[in-house]
Amino acid sequence: MKFVDEFRDGKLAREIAAQIGAIARPDREYRLMEFCGGHTHAIARYGLTGLLPANIRLIHGPGCPVCVLPIGRIDGAIRLALEHQVILACYGDTLRVPASGGMTLFKARAAGADVRMVYSVADALALARDNPAREVVFFAIGFETTTPPTALALKAAKAEQLGNFSVYCNHVLTPPAMRHLLAGGDVQLDGFIGPSHVSTVIGSAPYEAVARDYAKPVVIAGFEPLDVLQSVAMLIEAINAGRSDVGNQFSRAVSREGNARAQAVVADTLVLRERFDWRGLGAVPASALAISPAYAEYDAERRFGLTDTRVPDHKACECGAILRGQKTPEQCKVFAIACTPDTPLGACMVSSEGACAAHYHYGRFTRNPT
Amino acid sequence: MKKTARRRLDLSGRVDLTHGSGGRAMAELIGQLFAAAFDNPYLAQGNDQAIVPPIGGRLAIATDSHVISPLFFPGSDIGSLAVHGTVNDLAMGGARPLYLSAGFILEEGLLLTDLQRIVESMAAAAREAGVAIVTGDTKVVERGKGDGVFISTTGVGVVPDGVNLSGANARAGDAILVSGTLGEHGMAVMSQRMSLGFASDIRSDSASLHTLADALLTACPSLRLMRDPTRGGLATTLNEIAAQSGVGMLLDETALPVSAPVRAACELLGLDPLYVANEGKLVAICAPGDAEAALAALRAHPLGHNAAIVGQVVEDAQHFVRVATAFGGERLLDWLSGEMLPRIC
Repeated sequence: MKFVDEFRDGKLAREIAAQIGAIARPDREYRLMEFCGGHTHAIARYGLTGLLPANIRLIHGPGCPVCVLPIGRIDGAIRLALEHQVILACYGDTLRVPASGGMTLFKARAAGADVRMVYSVADALALARDNPAREVVFFAIGFETTTPPTALALKAAKAEQLGNFSVYCNHVLTPPAMRHLLAGGDVQLDGFIGPSHVSTVIGSAPYEAVARDYAKPVVIAGFEPLDVLQSVAMLIEAINAGRSDVGNQFSRAVSREGNARAQAVVADTLVLRERFDWRGLGAVPASALAISPAYAEYDAERRFGLTDTRVPDHKACECGAILRGQKTPEQCKVFAIACTPDTPLGACMVSSEGACAAHYHYGRFTRNPT
Repeated sequence: MKKTARRRLDLSGRVDLTHGSGGRAMAELIGQLFAAAFDNPYLAQGNDQAIVPPIGGRLAIATDSHVISPLFFPGSDIGSLAVHGTVNDLAMGGARPLYLSAGFILEEGLLLTDLQRIVESMAAAAREAGVAIVTGDTKVVERGKGDGVFISTTGVGVVPDGVNLSGANARAGDAILVSGTLGEHGMAVMSQRMSLGFASDIRSDSASLHTLADALLTACPSLRLMRDPTRGGLATTLNEIAAQSGVGMLLDETALPVSAPVRAACELLGLDPLYVANEGKLVAICAPGDAEAALAALRAHPLGHNAAIVGQVVEDAQHFVRVATAFGGERLLDWLSGEMLPRIC
């Protein structure tokens, strides 16, 4: 596949790995967090850890939108589908996220709920047009990447006066989550591999304050394995030089300002929530979006009177410590025993992009973190 | 007395409940559609059972139910798939497939012309595979209680003396081969399903593998086992074999044959082709000394042009299947958890 294979070249990878080996100081450890699940997936899928010196540790962050969705919000989606009998349109990997009482959207389907997997919010709009007698709710999740399409769908619904369409909005924001992680104390991180697709929308500028305030360098990186390796090299250089600025490895797609049109459509339709519960991280202030009052009629929370219930994470779960880099998946008591991809207890095991699931699926043959 | 005219089956309509009621409509459907298409002396006996001659060897029996949506997809349809699936299950044990039974569950409302297409495709696949559909059954369920048509087939074959293939036979050092490019059936079906709307020229690889299996058996005396990596793809099949044989496996990612369109479609959808279904490919494991001969035999067959040696069996108490990635790292190829779902980012 042209334009993709170039970023997966094994020979170049070994050259960059050698370069990283040459610049990494042997007398210290480098603890780098990749924020995004997409990076976690690339690291696991291509076995990148095995190419790096042992004193460079990659710590998987909370950037998997499915993983961090709190139990109460999944409960809400299940209520919409089962009690309010709506057609619930959602992205594929939300189907297996565990909710209260061992329920999932998969199980809700088996119990009679009309849950449809869609590839984009445009498919949800089409469902609403094709089923005028049914309420269609789009279960909107994701970081800044998937937010503009949701915002456009709200605009389209309003323009068409599509009365049977609404959105259950669960969009979350990256920079506040990074800030929250760093503000948590005892964070053993030296730098961030910054989001790829998120940054195409918001640009690199929003990370500047985070990097400065907490003295951690951020390098925005593409999702291909060579992107990740190059960003590791850039981070090692920044750390060695004592710099805490924002670098941009993914300059082929990310600018400092980001996509102004996408930002504008989001600003038109969505507003900041005071706080939002993140699975694994707890309540994070100003970290998620709700539907703006101007689009209230398309807000499923208002339309169906959904109340937010707070459901605590599983007690034995070490996701919080794993997400802060304090523990590895192997150091969690329930990892691969009670908590597996088929029976996930915590955020990190929920989707294949989660830190624990990635280690379970791709790296369990070694005791080292993947 | 006036001679009763034999009514011709009217194919312009749809399956209705009378087609399953045991009356004249059902007799017409069976006689003029199924029996006419599957025509063979055993079915023509017209009894509740088919009585076949002694088959002179160990009997292999396999059964498979087919529930697929859509019923027609690029490269194949549920009819030929129902023949290929069971023929291949027999062939993977080294058996020569002989007879099939076929059970049909029809949903009220199915277009009779669609049913005709399916039955004719099934008959053609059976002829091509040299098997006779010797007995069958038809039921009709109410609209909404089926997915057009479900087809269940059971096959009988004969295993030659001296052939003893089993998923428990793999040993450390053995070579792992696949007979061609992976993931085509699953991606062909998926491109039609789920309102994906992306155009692709990926066709299902659905095919009967018994002649390919036969060529491999002849060329490779140390053949330990064959298996067709259907649901769950190559990854699932290899994990099953690793557990059954009590071994591990190490694959070379650069050797795994995946066509460019399948790679691109999987890339777009966030899927891994190693977990995507095949219906016309086999995995074979043999002693390392026979690997080249096995590969040559596969490649000499029209269904095995893209065959490859993709890895080896290793000792591993935990029965892990690992892949040396093209990028120079290593990863685990785990069992699929739940349904294969696309990733969001």
